[in-house]
Amino acid sequence: MSSIINPKQFQIPRIFPRPMSHSGIWYWLGTVDHKKIGTMYGIVSFFWFIMGGIEALLIRVQLSHAEADIISPELYNQLFTMHGTTMVFLVVMPLSAAFFNWLVPLQIGARDVAFPRLNALSLWVFIFGSILMNISWLTGEAPNGGWFGYPPNSTVQFNPGNGMTFWVLGLNVLGVASIAAGLNFIVTIINMRAPGMTMMRMPVFTWMTLITSILIVLALPVLAVAGIQMTGDRVYGTNFFNSEAGGDPIFWQHIFWLFGHPEVYILILPAMGMVSEILPTFARKPLFGYTFIIFSGALIGFMGWFVWSHHMFTVGLGPAANTAFTLSTMLIAIPTGVKIFNWIATLWGGSIKLTTSMLFSIGFIAMFTIGGLSGVTHAISPSDAQQQDTYYVVAHFHYVLFGGAIFAIFGGLYFWWPKFTGYFLNEKLGILNFILMMIGFNLQFAPMHWLGLDGMPRRIYTYAENMGWELSNLAATIGGFLIAISVLIFLINVVISRINKKLASGDPWDARTLEWSISSPPPHYNFVKIPQVEHIDDWWYKKYPGLLEGSPKQNKSPNATVEDTSNVDESKIHLPDLSYYPLFVGIGLSLAALGVIYTYALVTIGLILVFWGCIGWSTEPVNEPHKKHH
Amino acid sequence: MSNQGVTVHHGEEINNSTGVSNKKLLMWVFLGSDVMFFGTFIGTFMAYRNKSLNGPYPADTLDIPITSISTFVLLMSSLGIVLALHYLKESKMGLAKFWLFLVIIMGMIFIGFQVYEFSHFAHIGMTPQANLFGSTFFTLTSLHGAHVSIGILWLIFLLYNEYKGNLTSENAVDLEMAGLYWHFVDIVWIVIFALLYLITAGDGVPPGGLPWTAGH
Repeated sequence: MSSIINPKQFQIPRIFPRPMSHSGIWYWLGTVDHKKIGTMYGIVSFFWFIMGGIEALLIRVQLSHAEADIISPELYNQLFTMHGTTMVFLVVMPLSAAFFNWLVPLQIGARDVAFPRLNALSLWVFIFGSILMNISWLTGEAPNGGWFGYPPNSTVQFNPGNGMTFWVLGLNVLGVASIAAGLNFIVTIINMRAPGMTMMRMPVFTWMTLITSILIVLALPVLAVAGIQMTGDRVYGTNFFNSEAGGDPIFWQHIFWLFGHPEVYILILPAMGMVSEILPTFARKPLFGYTFIIFSGALIGFMGWFVWSHHMFTVGLGPAANTAFTLSTMLIAIPTGVKIFNWIATLWGGSIKLTTSMLFSIGFIAMFTIGGLSGVTHAISPSDAQQQDTYYVVAHFHYVLFGGAIFAIFGGLYFWWPKFTGYFLNEKLGILNFILMMIGFNLQFAPMHWLGLDGMPRRIYTYAENMGWELSNLAATIGGFLIAISVLIFLINVVISRINKKLASGDPWDARTLEWSISSPPPHYNFVKIPQVEHIDDWWYKKYPGLLEGSPKQNKSPNATVEDTSNVDESKIHLPDLSYYPLFVGIGLSLAALGVIYTYALVTIGLILVFWGCIGWSTEPVNEPHKKHH
Repeated sequence: MSNQGVTVHHGEEINNSTGVSNKKLLMWVFLGSDVMFFGTFIGTFMAYRNKSLNGPYPADTLDIPITSISTFVLLMSSLGIVLALHYLKESKMGLAKFWLFLVIIMGMIFIGFQVYEFSHFAHIGMTPQANLFGSTFFTLTSLHGAHVSIGILWLIFLLYNEYKGNLTSENAVDLEMAGLYWHFVDIVWIVIFALLYLITAGDGVPPGGLPWTAGH
């Protein structure tokens, strides 16, 4: 997209007037403010979190007792497929993106991301892509081939109907959103840092965002290729995975996991970044081994590319491949372990304040460690041959993705909520939320370890009575409902906290990084004055410069105060104007994808929308000329 | 600290940590992403080389001399865009427009050759559905063609802006960005031409494949 900033610039005729007001529906549809975009990411992905949770509960109801007949096998396949797909692509990734959007510009001292309209495009493509994937429910043919979509189970010969086509096209559209966001955040972090903020002074969350974004822009294209090939096979009769023509279904597994393994680090690294911000704040001491945590994250991001075949130990790749991937998988546990020790050492000797976000972060460390250890048992390929396709694997990845990513995200929500909104979430309800989620989570997923080791297979809609699996399954179902109640308590907490607003100052936790140096919620221009950065945790040392000379912090009042915005002359503030083009490009892309299933007319309309949107976008000035105040 | 009189701006003029413009950095990172895209397709092609069970096979279809011509034209267009950018930066608008125009024409010639090639292949029975060679060949080359086509549209847009006086030496980075993209697409074609044409063209019937004769 080349936007040429020139007063003489020509514009294509507008169909709608450019939205200018700073309130109302048009403001939200046209906004390019990273904070508003982050909020919308958060709301939409939380909606999908609830949908994915309902899908999980239906699965648990069906499995609560042996030979249950509540859900048909066909519906069961659709539920576990959409549960996995939803939780990975529509929940953890975009919830992380909500935090990227909100926090990265604030943490590096920038006014916005590098490309605000591209950021809006990511949001809209994500929203319409998620709708595209889920309207398959309305057709009665939801995707049913698993979130990994292995052929031949997903080829048109064995899986006719539109379900998997919706799935693969939805993934491709969502991939566009992720790549666009990844590009944006890489450029933002590399190029938009405040003066003095060298790479090794950046907050850990920003570092993890950078590593995650690099993984996204490199891994999602691989998924796009897999998606294009599967679309070709399903819709146009190509032969990529058609064994009758010599195609190889195993090849899909290779490219899917070549994407899929970096993807799991895309899911967990942002969570690690959040925890690395919360722990030092409430342990009242600096993060232990900042450099080690950063380089461990980078190493995880690098080594994540060399472990994909551990998803394929039982395929029969031969002893050489299995040994190599066993070794690389065990090696990747090292940087992960380094991080866990660093977090524990951060807590060691700190004066710990057990706020809700701190509880979730400590819960994260414990649960992620359990999940990490069961992960190492999969790394050993002979052992994995016993565990493959059993509930042991289900237990493992829920411990790292729910006990890991989701716990950290909830911790992040309680931690940054005052910054996002200007008021606290209720701590008492928060602690109840944590306790119920902790109990429910372990009740649901711990029994799956022994269910799996006892041989209970994944993805089977029921099991026989005499297997001895009923008690554990019932416990898991009860745990699932406890989690649901804890999420409900979170939602009630959001409503109650909004009604009796307990106002938060700009720096309510006495925290460390730049986002706490401005008022809560931040003004739309973020920083009145771009800060000059001199240290890691710059805001902390601006408040307590004595700490740099080794004097204890006790009984010292902060040396710096949150930025005062009362004297800012709003007429001198130039931020990019709103734009509706990203919205229409997002709609167009999803329509075109939908048209691949139904009719070329829709493809044509979609592509015309995309083309018009791109041209309009390129010719639109960042600011309307009459608004200039020079 | 008084905040009165502070002017707040968004954009590169305040924070620019590396000195490279955001747009250029964006294009470099995007190209890194695109490497993975093409890399996976090229990997697919190589993994499925000599795995087709029925014809037409590469030896029956590929025509190196013809594709060499279009390859030469595309590679020369890279030179053209270097000159177009050079003259734009020097504000020699006549030459800048001339070279940009020529690049667009060369891109169109390349696409024209590809259209001819595709229809010729389809005529003798090589389609994306025919066999593995067809599937892997057409997805890779047509997506490369789509990249070239998007590049052509982009360059036409920029040329139009040169005529309108909007694209000058001051915002030459907009052409530079398109140039990076164009060079990348050319470099990818070098890899495709080497692997899909030069190395593969001699591949006949693989072990286990049915023989093929034209007209069947």
